Amino acid sequence: MHTTTLALQVRGFITDNYMLDGNCVLNDDDSFIDGGIIDSTGVLELVAFLQETYGIRVEDEELTTENLDSVDKVVAYLAQKLTGPGVAAVAGGGAS
Amino acid sequence: MSSLCSTAPDILRLDCARETEKIVRSLRDIVFRQLRRKGAVIGVSGGIDSSVVAFLCARALGRDRVLALFTPEADSSPDSLRLGRAVAEALNVASVSEDISAILRAARCYERRDEAVRLVSPEYSDGYKFKMVLPGLLEPNQYSIFSLVVRAPDGGTKTVRLTAEAYLGIVSATNFKQRTRKMIEYYHADRLQYAVAGTPNRLEYDQGFFVKHGDGSADFKPIAHLYKSQVYELAAYLGVPEEIQRRPPTTDTYSLEQSQEEFYFTLPLEKMDLCLYGINTGVSAADLAPAVGMREAQVERVYRMIEAKRKVAKYLHASPVLVQQIDKV
Repeated sequence: MHTTTLALQVRGFITDNYMLDGNCVLNDDDSFIDGGIIDSTGVLELVAFLQETYGIRVEDEELTTENLDSVDKVVAYLAQKLTGPGVAAVAGGGAS
Repeated sequence: MSSLCSTAPDILRLDCARETEKIVRSLRDIVFRQLRRKGAVIGVSGGIDSSVVAFLCARALGRDRVLALFTPEADSSPDSLRLGRAVAEALNVASVSEDISAILRAARCYERRDEAVRLVSPEYSDGYKFKMVLPGLLEPNQYSIFSLVVRAPDGGTKTVRLTAEAYLGIVSATNFKQRTRKMIEYYHADRLQYAVAGTPNRLEYDQGFFVKHGDGSADFKPIAHLYKSQVYELAAYLGVPEEIQRRPPTTDTYSLEQSQEEFYFTLPLEKMDLCLYGINTGVSAADLAPAVGMREAQVERVYRMIEAKRKVAKYLHASPVLVQQIDKV
């Protein structure tokens, strides 16, 4: 799947579920946590969305800010998961 | 002296006599003058916070103007009721015990909770026990995500990551417990024209470790300004029974015993105290790290966690919001 399509879908999920007042702008590199956009329950919902929509399994060690804290990071993580057995960024390491 | 008390950091040490006098004076003013109530109802759980509040209320209002209320339910530790009674006996105040299990069953609290547990642990049934836990302090870039620890009747345990649906289902069902307790507290408060005491300490109040309209609801909260280690200091000064001072803080909410550390704060409470103090007084993570025996990156993570929990707590603290101000109210 093209990364532009992934970005649209992820951005749509975030804006539809966490930016309901419609007055906020979400840039693709905005931090979900620092921006107060999602909390820890929101992370669980984001994981459920990714698993159900793309048929992937988000492993415990992949629950990192490098993978899930902005549209750009989620898209990069998804691209890695969908294109092969590559290892996404894990706790303690940087984005790979 | 308890281990928690003995590790209370010097920087948070209280002048217990002066602090007690300040709170006692305030309580008389709040309950008798501001609220115009005749006494106080305190839900006494056998934990350190409610015990200290009971001792302070008895000192401020008089032992004949305090009602200690015990509200055990099916998952409560028997120690909670035993230690709650020990507080009432030590103070020689009136007490009432009301088992709320039947109310919770009627509200389908346990049934709803078990349905939510089975979303991630389908084998869960009679005889099984569980708790929800957060991992300890993690690497700075890792999210702190709840897991469910399930113990089978044969003693075997397994840990599974919670989904949002299961997590919210379990929490919203078990919140019946705190809200039912508050309902019973207000029944007795209405009957006696008393005010209801809330028992959060500063960590809980600041970080939103309470149920909205459950244990978060009260007419006054006399120790909400005190760090947890200061509550332990005050407990020793006031003469709270030793066993309560030594008892590790628990949630007493789930069927497996669970510490507050593994449920909410993710690190020992004395360290949480210092981190909260540090962020409140502008101490940098680098300066605080050696004092708490942590790495700078770990303190930075705790600081971020504190700020994140404060954002969530805003909703919990919020009063009903009006579309416009209403005159003369």
